[in-house]
Amino acid sequence: MTATASPSNLPAGGIRHGSSIGQPLTRRDGPLKVTGQARFSADNLPPGTLHAALCVARIAKGRVTGLDVAAAEAHPGVVAVMTPQNAPKLAKDPDAKDGPFTFRLDLLQNDRVRYANQPIAVVIAETLEAATEGARLLAPTYAAETPRIGLDAGDVFTPPSVGVGAPPAESDGDVEAGLAAASKTIAATYETPAQYHNAMEPHAAVASWDGDRLSLLMPTQALAMSQGRLAGLFGISPEDIHIDSPYLGGGFGSKGVPAGPQVLACMAARLVGKPVKLVPTRSQMYGPMGHRGPTRQTLRLGTDAAGKLTALDHHILTASSSFDDFFEPAGRATSTLYASPALAIRHEAVRLDTGTPLFMRAPGEATGSVALESALDEMAFELGMDPLEFRLANYAEVEPLTGKPFSSKALRECYRRGAEAFGWAGRPLQPRQTRDKDGFLVGTGMGTATFPALIFEGMARAEIRADGTGTVELGAIDMGQGAWTALAQIAADGLGIGMEALTFRMGSSDLPNAGIAGGSGHTATAGGAIHAAAADVIRQLTDLATNDPASPLYGAGNAGVTVADGRLTRRDDPGRSESIADILKRAGRASIEGQGKAGADPAAQAAYAMHAHGAVFAEVKVDPDLGQIRVSRLVGAFAAGRVINPRLVQSQYYGGMIWGLSFALHERAEMDPRTGRFLNDNLAEYHVPVNADVPALEAILVHEDDSVVNNLGVKGVGEIGITGTVGAIANAVWHATGVRVRAMPITLDKLLG
Amino acid sequence: MRNFDYIRPESVPEAVAAGQVPGTAYLAAGTNLVDLMKGGVATPERIVDITRLPGLSAIERLPDGGTRVGALVRNSDLAYDPGFAKTYPMVAEALLAGASAQLRNAATVGGNLMQRTRCQYFTDAVSPCNKRAPGSGCAALGHATRIHAVQGWSAHCIATHPSDFCVPLAALDAVVEIAGPDGARAVPLTAFHLLPGDHPERETDLRPGELITALRLPPEAASFRGHARYLKVRDRTSYAFAVVSAAAALTLEADGRIGQARLALGGLALKPWRVVEAEAALAGQAPSPEAYAKAADAALAGAKPTGEANAFKIELARRVAIRALAQAAAGTPARIPALPASPFGIV
Repeated sequence: MTATASPSNLPAGGIRHGSSIGQPLTRRDGPLKVTGQARFSADNLPPGTLHAALCVARIAKGRVTGLDVAAAEAHPGVVAVMTPQNAPKLAKDPDAKDGPFTFRLDLLQNDRVRYANQPIAVVIAETLEAATEGARLLAPTYAAETPRIGLDAGDVFTPPSVGVGAPPAESDGDVEAGLAAASKTIAATYETPAQYHNAMEPHAAVASWDGDRLSLLMPTQALAMSQGRLAGLFGISPEDIHIDSPYLGGGFGSKGVPAGPQVLACMAARLVGKPVKLVPTRSQMYGPMGHRGPTRQTLRLGTDAAGKLTALDHHILTASSSFDDFFEPAGRATSTLYASPALAIRHEAVRLDTGTPLFMRAPGEATGSVALESALDEMAFELGMDPLEFRLANYAEVEPLTGKPFSSKALRECYRRGAEAFGWAGRPLQPRQTRDKDGFLVGTGMGTATFPALIFEGMARAEIRADGTGTVELGAIDMGQGAWTALAQIAADGLGIGMEALTFRMGSSDLPNAGIAGGSGHTATAGGAIHAAAADVIRQLTDLATNDPASPLYGAGNAGVTVADGRLTRRDDPGRSESIADILKRAGRASIEGQGKAGADPAAQAAYAMHAHGAVFAEVKVDPDLGQIRVSRLVGAFAAGRVINPRLVQSQYYGGMIWGLSFALHERAEMDPRTGRFLNDNLAEYHVPVNADVPALEAILVHEDDSVVNNLGVKGVGEIGITGTVGAIANAVWHATGVRVRAMPITLDKLLG
Repeated sequence: MRNFDYIRPESVPEAVAAGQVPGTAYLAAGTNLVDLMKGGVATPERIVDITRLPGLSAIERLPDGGTRVGALVRNSDLAYDPGFAKTYPMVAEALLAGASAQLRNAATVGGNLMQRTRCQYFTDAVSPCNKRAPGSGCAALGHATRIHAVQGWSAHCIATHPSDFCVPLAALDAVVEIAGPDGARAVPLTAFHLLPGDHPERETDLRPGELITALRLPPEAASFRGHARYLKVRDRTSYAFAVVSAAAALTLEADGRIGQARLALGGLALKPWRVVEAEAALAGQAPSPEAYAKAADAALAGAKPTGEANAFKIELARRVAIRALAQAAAGTPARIPALPASPFGIV
């Protein structure tokens, strides 16, 4: 990055002097992005770089029997064709698993086809056009086998684990007895389709080798994990891999692990001995980059006459690929949300001839809460109870499955604030009661939002200098969520300096490992590491001052001073203070450096359940004759611990709620079951909402203090917005029409009647 | 993308001469053609770029009261032309309901007529498709989706025509002006697009080398200006093709009865679906839900789904036709709604 293109050099903007945390700074990288100066991976073309294009399988199962390599090689501009015949041998079988975050990759090691759009060759050429045409000229032939497509196509089995290492079945109490004893029971089956992340930015890579050293410009949500994976495949040391990833055009989980085509770019660069740039097309992202697995979920609920749950049973059928394991953990929300004396969650799965599913924004919670929140709504109606009253009647004071207390849980306040802002009171219980002045059916619905407060291992480095400026750096990732800004706010506060005095670096593998930007845990992880690194600096600085008889802080003790505004100040006497610059100068030090770490506290995790919560309320309008649906209003109230930057947090909630709308009404990957090929692997036909679909949005930030969850008291906000929203919209559509649609997305044909 | 020769003629006769070589495609905005070329669906060997041809970019009021629109007029320019939008409000509404603002700013009137089907088996470049590879079969048969036809399809092709713009044009008896090696000719739009029959590869009445130069609206098309609507049901509010759409236009007599009626439906067939019996059923009738229903029934006569996934379109089309007729009878709104052609676009 050039100096002008670095957010660390941006003016801080109109903030108050002093504490940065809690202030609604606009994105520091915003001006670079809107003026086109922010360089995403694919914007780079170092001198001498060749272009690579993928040739992908147009069958879903079988073998490649022929590639017209000669035709491709003969095309003007084509430099090389990489196939299993000549692909560089890897140091490690890409199907070898060495951890829960290692996913099997298709890297031209054989002629096998395991899913549609699997890379089967790479053409490297002087121009993108020549590479693309070369890939077409390969005209593959296949020995195709009948693929297994759809949840009914495979043999059902119980996976060894779901999500990342979670048990497939969990229970507490006797569900059958609870159902038998219930005065009311319901059972209903819900379906969610396969969905694709569709990050705007493709999984690009610009790879170059210098001997056995690899340089990569590549979007990733996890720098060090990517280094580790690539190091294993190429038989080199992680330190010999340099990855730059300053900006991501969305990741949503799909950039949490290196995608096969990104590794293929590295192999292609090694093959031709020159830098290679490979940018997959949109359709090539449907297959090798993960997706959200489909689910079929059956909920059984029993309640007593007062509306208290006596049993809650959640069965999930999902799918992974034929060759690897990722099972959508759709039962997770059920384990934590509602109190029931008997609770059971069970996942089963089939194997299909598709790419391997992966974590996709709110994996498990998004799919599971659709079914759970719909079923709660159905039961509330059976009971003649208001859906909010029903949820309050079954409010979990402790985590249902584990019995642990919550580290904090302001969900009641979310319900109250959300309901008040939305105007929930007085809503008719019966469906199809309300029309607006234009004759459209109007309905309202709600759902509870939840997502765990995760934290991973992360490290940071901080420095304060004699001129009063400081630097904080770590391998954190901004994928659009605002890390460049929020983490810098934590850094500035940690060092007690203003944003204008801070140099903040991230997005490169040369910096300390800050873990994965995922699981809504990046602010806790990277922010926690920054906080610790800055505290290490301030501790050393305080030692200098409080042990120096010349300092006004002499004898105050380490806990006896605070840092702000570039000064250390005695806690017990704000009149006695000294600037950071003066302390360093007198000590003859140019700077002080500190290190910090973040990670889970096992004792706290054993003792407490830690989750963010929220409540989402939706209003929809439906054309009574034509079935067309319009979400007219969404109000969400969320409590997620300390808010570092309310503007960015609100944006995350908005984004999540819009994603929820997308889940409820739009997204569905369609495949031809005969061939396993996609029917809508493009953004014209795979719908996500356009601006005109996004209703009036309100996201309320509910205050929540949490002294247990981590050193900053923050919970994640990146995923929770989806979880309550899908159910709220599905419930509102039912309330408007009287039609209960249990298969997402809810499209107009399902409402025609 | 396959390499191709690029030719930029200076005049229409030069373009027509260049266009006669087999394997040639005319390029206007390229919003459809270039996508298909990238996907290997269209593989022209020669591209004749017509975007700079003189004389094809005007919107002219004709002495007889009709209007001629040059083939290179951009969709947005036409939709926002005050005179045009006032005279042919449902055409403007259909234009603004199509694609996205960026595409409308680029796409041309002539190109819109030449839009290819969005059938997934046509655009994937590998499935059997009688349109793309005559005689290879139709992969859509046996797995028809909601975008496939319920009217006018054959055992060889069940694709639909994606245009919004062409639907009201068909209803208004628009005429396509064509330049060709044998001189100029004009074809009614309703005869311009061909149903698949035994030869789905023949998509239009254009002969080799012929070039669309203009679109003409006949004088009587203006008489519907007070009662004309385009209604488009779709899965999202913008940048989505019609699931089903309808262009409905009426003239009302002094006694309130319907004089003339026009009705064309989109999303059902490989061309805008216009049934004169439906229109005749309305003539002389008092505007009423019953009269609209009769007309809608006539328009959907003979409709047959091509699969479970699109059976709903027949009843939906009936309801869309009825609604569009009712909206037309209520009168053209003074302004095009903020959500053009949307059921929620009530003004």
